Amino acid sequence: MNDVILLVDSVRQGSRLALGRLLTQVENDTEEGRQALFHLFRYTGRAHLIGVTGAPGTGKSSLVNRLAYQYRHPAEGTPARRVGIIAVDPSSPFTGGAILGDRVRMRDLAGDPGVFIRSMASRGSLGGLAATTAALVDAMDAAGFDIILIETVGAGQGEVDVASLSYTTLVVEAPGMGDDIQAIKAGILEIADILVINKADLPGVENTERALRGLLQLAYPTSHTLGGDFDDPASRGVGSVHSGYLAWEIPVLRTVATDGSGISVLVTEIDHHREYLQNSGGWTKQERTRLESQLDHLLKAELVARWRKTISESRVQSVVDRLASRELSPWQAVGILLDGGGG
Amino acid sequence: MGTLKNGTGRIAFVWRHSLGFSNFNLKIWKEFMGERKIRVLVAKPGLDGHDRGAKVVARSLRDAGMEVIYTGLRQTPEMITEAALQEDVDAVGISILSGAHMALVPRIFALLNANGQGNVKVFVGGIIPDEDVPRLMEMGVVGVYGPGTLTGQIVQDIRKAVGEGVGF
Repeated sequence: MNDVILLVDSVRQGSRLALGRLLTQVENDTEEGRQALFHLFRYTGRAHLIGVTGAPGTGKSSLVNRLAYQYRHPAEGTPARRVGIIAVDPSSPFTGGAILGDRVRMRDLAGDPGVFIRSMASRGSLGGLAATTAALVDAMDAAGFDIILIETVGAGQGEVDVASLSYTTLVVEAPGMGDDIQAIKAGILEIADILVINKADLPGVENTERALRGLLQLAYPTSHTLGGDFDDPASRGVGSVHSGYLAWEIPVLRTVATDGSGISVLVTEIDHHREYLQNSGGWTKQERTRLESQLDHLLKAELVARWRKTISESRVQSVVDRLASRELSPWQAVGILLDGGGG
Repeated sequence: MGTLKNGTGRIAFVWRHSLGFSNFNLKIWKEFMGERKIRVLVAKPGLDGHDRGAKVVARSLRDAGMEVIYTGLRQTPEMITEAALQEDVDAVGISILSGAHMALVPRIFALLNANGQGNVKVFVGGIIPDEDVPRLMEMGVVGVYGPGTLTGQIVQDIRKAVGEGVGF
């Protein structure tokens, strides 16, 4: 217990060693990690959480590197902001191992005490993040970072969890990744607050931009009008909550992460989005959404874990046997395991 | 006789598979429900630009169920130890082909200690002359691996040094 207090105090005082250790405890969901978060939770809710997602190879890590560099070296007159980065890469479904390679693209940030990069493996979790990513974000938030960049695994069409975790979601595309039909299909585009076309020095960038802008007009035909509702997921990112505020129009920006083009405009747009959320009341709503979704995840995990303790492996296996012999349907099997009937 | 053989064969088959199955479940359960994963940083300090060996080792550790943070080429000891700190790794694997190991390895140990990470295990791979191996081990290196090393040996040594399940 005293160890936990010591750890928490050290993290609050800016010890990087303590933060690294805390993140391990939180990631492994240990008792110590839970205790520490209990003490730290009241200090959370201050950082601007920015999700960065997109298909593999679109340049998410390089973009995160440039964004963080820009926050650390802003235009004169603006203060540098402290940046925490959580980069998620996939775990092997067969061995549980992982290669976490996002740091390879983040060398420009080495040696800067205002940046803390943590790689994490998805550990079997779907949705583009790991089960404990939200808790890691809380820990970094409590450690006093102004900006927290959350980079998902290379995402396809369904990995949209990052949208409920962050205030601002960047979806990164690259030229040549598909035609306008792909742009309509890709469900991930719906969660974007800002669309970024990275690698904009490659040929085909005009087509990509046209396809994305076309998509936005198709999907959000009302984005130029007042109205809409933040509680309605269909209008997320475009709804204006209080009359008097225009809806958020999703910007489509071009960047080249390798040479830094377009990054300062991107930072400005991210700040605009935060102002928009704060002025429209969207910030508070998004925070509630985030906390509720976090609670939902924890409840599910805890319920399953508690239930699993009450039931023996042999009982599960006997139900699987009856499933395999087609004696039971899957829903019957669930009923038997949960309610204990028909054993 | 033939039927008996068949019969025993089937029993053995079923037994092996049911055991395998429940082990598999247990493994998944442990691995995804909070057992401590071994985290290893694989890094290449110095100026040589040949990282095939480092990648082979990284891949083998991944296949052994470890989480491997790979940092790429041309890292300074400062960058490596800073990454080890942020990632809170259990072990650092360093690949050196340039011959600069007697300068780089002591520097990495000094920085790890200065950061409060003296507990981190250090492994070295690459082209290391035989006479330097004992000197490296004296500094605290847990293992030195040259060309032809079986990757399984490295996995085994890391597991032993880190101590499986330790850390909670």
